[in-house]
Amino acid sequence: MSTLEIRDLHVEVETESGPKEILRGVDLTVNSNETHAIMGPNGSGKSTLAYSIAGHPKYTVTQGQVLLDGEDVLAMAVDERARAGLFLAMQYPVEVPGVSMSNFLRSAATATRGEAPKVRHWVKEVKGAMSDLDIDPAFAERSVNEGFSGGEKKRHEVLQMSLLKPKIAVLDETDSGLDVDALRVVSKGVNDYKQSSDVGVLLITHYTRILRYIAPDRVHVFVNGRVAASGGPELADELEENGYERFLGASSATKEEQPA
Amino acid sequence: MTRASEATGQGPDQPVAQVGGGIIDATDSPVLDVDPGINATSPKLAPWELRFTSYDVEAFEVPRGREEQWRFTPLRRLRGLHDGSATATGRIGVSVVSGFGDAASSDLGGVRHETVGRDDPRLGDGGIPADRVAAQAWSAAPEAHVVTVDEARSEDEPLTVTVTGPGEGQSVYAHVQLRLERHAEAVVVLDHRGSGTVAANTEFVVADGAKLTVVEVHDWADDAVYVGAQHLSVGRDATIRHTSVTLGGDLVRLSPVVNYRAPGGDVELDGLYFADGGQHFEQRLLVDHSVPNCRSRVTYKGALQGAEGGTAAHTVWVGDVLIRKAAEGTDTYELNRNLLLTDNARADSVPNLEIETGEIVGAGHASATGRFDDEQLFYLMARGIPEAQARRLVVRGFFGEVIQKVRVPALRDRLEAAIEAELEAVGV
Repeated sequence: MSTLEIRDLHVEVETESGPKEILRGVDLTVNSNETHAIMGPNGSGKSTLAYSIAGHPKYTVTQGQVLLDGEDVLAMAVDERARAGLFLAMQYPVEVPGVSMSNFLRSAATATRGEAPKVRHWVKEVKGAMSDLDIDPAFAERSVNEGFSGGEKKRHEVLQMSLLKPKIAVLDETDSGLDVDALRVVSKGVNDYKQSSDVGVLLITHYTRILRYIAPDRVHVFVNGRVAASGGPELADELEENGYERFLGASSATKEEQPA
Repeated sequence: MTRASEATGQGPDQPVAQVGGGIIDATDSPVLDVDPGINATSPKLAPWELRFTSYDVEAFEVPRGREEQWRFTPLRRLRGLHDGSATATGRIGVSVVSGFGDAASSDLGGVRHETVGRDDPRLGDGGIPADRVAAQAWSAAPEAHVVTVDEARSEDEPLTVTVTGPGEGQSVYAHVQLRLERHAEAVVVLDHRGSGTVAANTEFVVADGAKLTVVEVHDWADDAVYVGAQHLSVGRDATIRHTSVTLGGDLVRLSPVVNYRAPGGDVELDGLYFADGGQHFEQRLLVDHSVPNCRSRVTYKGALQGAEGGTAAHTVWVGDVLIRKAAEGTDTYELNRNLLLTDNARADSVPNLEIETGEIVGAGHASATGRFDDEQLFYLMARGIPEAQARRLVVRGFFGEVIQKVRVPALRDRLEAAIEAELEAVGV
């Protein structure tokens, strides 16, 4: 049983005109076996939340806490967070030329598991996981994400999740840019891992589309750097129907940012 | 002082053609031989147009450092190789064995290793010196080592030619020629090591239909200074795969020139260099497409790391590709990438491409110098991989393209280990 607790999280980024606060007091708790969807308009800070949890150096936490089973995540380096059981499926996976996918996966599994997986076992495991996600085995010898299509990148993000077996997985717009077939495959990959583990999922998305495939237990509306409303799956239906208008209206800060 | 990089010439990844404007005397000789007196008056000359070749050292002015050819080189560190004041005091060691490393054997099969006088008529088949140091080495080398391969050798049986410096405080002029006769094939490791000051000519004479795969390694001791001209002569339908690896030495300056003798030549020049603080590694390449239907690919990759507070690591890569009017059907691409691992490092990268005929298959160049990509590091670390290992993965990946082409597994292992050791030295 694991718990990710986010308490009063404030995060800013450096801009040309000085630091700018993006997250303005996020409170959120994700337990094992729960799936939370975070939905919000563009620019609301959803991805900032994802990258801040993972520890991207671009984002500075100015206030608040992130705890994984009571441990201070913010005090950990990026790699320590991953080894502690956090995983971020990125919206824009990075290309690493010259490093083969298989080498990368094995290095990552060795790091997160604390020992190198036995070769024969490992090869079988990777092959199985790739086949579950309809990934051509030839990708194992290609450079990490290099020349992959959007869908191929997302499949490989889910592949990594299933191999690294995190306690808490943050999926940052994993659905964006996917056609319906790819979305189905990727969703199945997430659901398979949910079923075979106790993972807690934080699913960040702009659209309700993916929620037809991955059922959320809780839905949070994210506006202007904080959670504006929370509810059950029915909240997603309301968003589908009416959009974010109701929540945006409550936010004066958003209006301030609009050009005069 | 910290300087990130200086890339002259064109922006990254933009193929550029500079057409016309040159005074080029395309004679029957594949080596460009232009009267420097004419060229000196024109302000628009590309570097190769000033290219003058001669065996006679006195035909070259003593470089002062402002010349295009020498402007990046710290002349005071050449220990007099450039101005005639360096007297030969030692001997170069040249040994040839079959195999590489532990598997080496002195039984050369049909390969001949001769030590010949400077008057041997074969010397110069590769090319003619184009700078004063090369000409000095040409005339001052007491002898030349000629290694000849007559037949096709198996790829599993590389030849190893080891060139050993004269020792610390000693100077020497050297001349090595590697000859592949018609339809011969060989994989050769040309391994340079040791101490001292060396100026050298190295000729690669590859006859019609022959195929040479050579890895030229410069793994000199910290004190060593090596200034070498590589003359590559490519026969009809001949193939050369030349990989240049520079890992050690105080100053290493290499000037490979590709001379196509007949149509159908196919040359790939790959390079890998890794410079630490205080080291100056310079590579100046000229691919001279003088005949039709030849191909060239140049892929040089460098990493630099200067220690904090120490002297900067400095690398220079100048890649000149000339497609002459006669060279229709040319297919060429050159690329240089530099990875700055620390602040205290400077990489100069200057690609030049001159095209005198439009009837070509393709021509392009790219050059880029950059720091560690923080996004790559973040991505790898976000998967649990510790920072030091992530950095090593990125660097290994960066060099992977070049290292994978090294056809001698034991050498590949050695190069990979050397890169790991370099990275460890500065805690990357």
